[in-house]
Amino acid sequence: MADAPIIIDEKKCAGCGKCVKGCGFGALSMVEAPGVNKLGRLAQVDPAACKACSACVSACPFKAITEVKREVNGTKGLEDYKDIWVFAEQTGGTVAEVAYELLSKGIELKAQRGEGCRLAAVVLGHNLSEEVKRSLVAAGADLVYCVDAPELADYEANVYVDAVAQLVERHKPEVILAGATAIGRAFFARVAVKVRTGLTADCTMLKVESTKNKDTGAMQMLLHQTRPAFGGNIMATIMTPNHRPQMATVRPKVFKKLPPSKDPSSGEIIAEALKLIAPKTRLKGVSRDSDAVDVSAHDILVSGGRGMKKPENFQVLARLAKLLGGEVSCSRACVDAGWCKADRQVGQTGKTVAPKLYLCFGISGAIQHLEGIRGADTIIAVNTDPNAPIFGVADLGVIGDAMETANALIKALEERGGAAVA
Amino acid sequence: MHVVVCVKQVPDTTNVRINPETNTLMREGVESIMNPFDEYALEQALELKDKCGARVSVISMGPPQATAVLRESLARGADDAALVSSRAFGGADTLATSYTISMAIRKVCGGVPDLVLFGKQAIDGDTAQVGPGVSEFLDATLVTYAKSIEVKDGGFEVVSVMDDGEHTVAGKFPAVVTVLKEASVPRFAPLAGTLTAAKAPIAVLDEKALGCDPGQIGLKGSPTKVVTIFPPPVKGGGKKITASGDDAAKAILEMLSEKGILAK
Repeated sequence: MADAPIIIDEKKCAGCGKCVKGCGFGALSMVEAPGVNKLGRLAQVDPAACKACSACVSACPFKAITEVKREVNGTKGLEDYKDIWVFAEQTGGTVAEVAYELLSKGIELKAQRGEGCRLAAVVLGHNLSEEVKRSLVAAGADLVYCVDAPELADYEANVYVDAVAQLVERHKPEVILAGATAIGRAFFARVAVKVRTGLTADCTMLKVESTKNKDTGAMQMLLHQTRPAFGGNIMATIMTPNHRPQMATVRPKVFKKLPPSKDPSSGEIIAEALKLIAPKTRLKGVSRDSDAVDVSAHDILVSGGRGMKKPENFQVLARLAKLLGGEVSCSRACVDAGWCKADRQVGQTGKTVAPKLYLCFGISGAIQHLEGIRGADTIIAVNTDPNAPIFGVADLGVIGDAMETANALIKALEERGGAAVA
Repeated sequence: MHVVVCVKQVPDTTNVRINPETNTLMREGVESIMNPFDEYALEQALELKDKCGARVSVISMGPPQATAVLRESLARGADDAALVSSRAFGGADTLATSYTISMAIRKVCGGVPDLVLFGKQAIDGDTAQVGPGVSEFLDATLVTYAKSIEVKDGGFEVVSVMDDGEHTVAGKFPAVVTVLKEASVPRFAPLAGTLTAAKAPIAVLDEKALGCDPGQIGLKGSPTKVVTIFPPPVKGGGKKITASGDDAAKAILEMLSEKGILAK
């Protein structure tokens, strides 16, 4: 099976099945093979499911599994790529918070990368103020690449792709990070394809470390990009060893924004003149939903999950949220069921939140959801299932009925005389 | 008008369980479904067929059993379907997948079609990268997070949901659009459609049929490498009590005071 990323030596395989347990992707299974070994079975790999992570290679006590050596197929002149970039998303002259969060992380990554590495911010727009550019320096950028053009006045995916891809070709950054916002997720994925490199979406951990390239055997400083994978049930560390730049997106609120640490006048602002393509779409209008809620902006969230049983029960949570001075959020199941609007969803496919209090009812706590609330200070969970994973992260876990408890809390808070939030 | 919808077969992750001993995914008994977001993309395409007589082609990349989602698409009203499948595609990341799917679209359409639709993301990978990636390989206009798509003045008008509100954008074909749940309510397949679809021919396209560059497919064409996998970090849980109603409320209020969230 030449196409599988691993080779199983049938003479060495003892049929023990340890590789099956070691595989996090369900790519290995045991097949009956009478007489081949004592147990009469052999390991087999599903090449479509195998991610070539080599966990099975180390799991096999009989050294029966080897990884297929691959021809290196990557960017030429890797060593020419230098510096760490952060895409500083802005709309209407306001820089997205996530850009400052990424610059804060960038300071750390720059230190890990070592001498000679600079941290740069990239900002696109029209008539950008000096204040905006200097705020990026204050947040840690050694230099700011600024493309100011009328075509960039509003976000247009196709022009954004062109601008960032041209900058990459001109300056060859080693790493670029962007916020996994509606804008970042869309155009950044196309930039990665345009410059033919890898992109890891929604990273929850990033670090730069000296690492052995499995293809060439050489030691390299590589960006370790960790994200929940495979339906969010497992964490995977992903690298882009042979291509540059190494690209990653990170959701808002995953990294902490540090207070401005640099003299705003210290960094270099570089005006980049680019010949851009004409925009492919015309923005006819923007309408803002006045009901839309940004749950990530609230300090107190009262959240409901599948255990709320019916949409009407969310009115009780809304009442409770109001008494606590917070907002209502929910798990994915409630959006899928049509009980709540998608803007309230917390988790890997919804919003990442970092409230002071996350009080949740009837949420079991799938890993995708837990990833979304990692930054919460205090988590209180009410659930009937004593084995619900949410209890593993909750500061207080209440095994009990969601509605009864929510109603009792409302009563108690009303008796206290309404909102008495410290 | 020719519309291509890219659909993916995914494990129904709402029912996925983890083996507590090994901390790995238990695949047994997990049902495979059409990626829910792709259902909305398909519905959008079928509505364009109803309104302007568009031809709707459906493409899926995956193992042979992914024909199930293609038959489901045909049953709902798609005109033709192709499965992109080969061992050589195994281990593809989003770059290699985008390349492979773009080659399949070119093959099925004899060039670049007017419109290619994707669900906003797949629920198993959650990357939302392949739609934008395909738009680059097809050199087509990219519009993401559509809640409605209309054909107007020989081009398209899309309402795209961004972080700061809904953007109405207009442009010319060819375009690649990723579709949101808000776009439509997927129709059910009529019984007659299901019966016809069960017997419909489905082309299976491998790397040779597509004329793929071997260096751009599968693991070899994938810049990203999964280096390690590990179980999600477990934060030690705090206090656990069994209570409901007033007793539970009392414990919660105590915790809120203790943490300084409520005044004592």
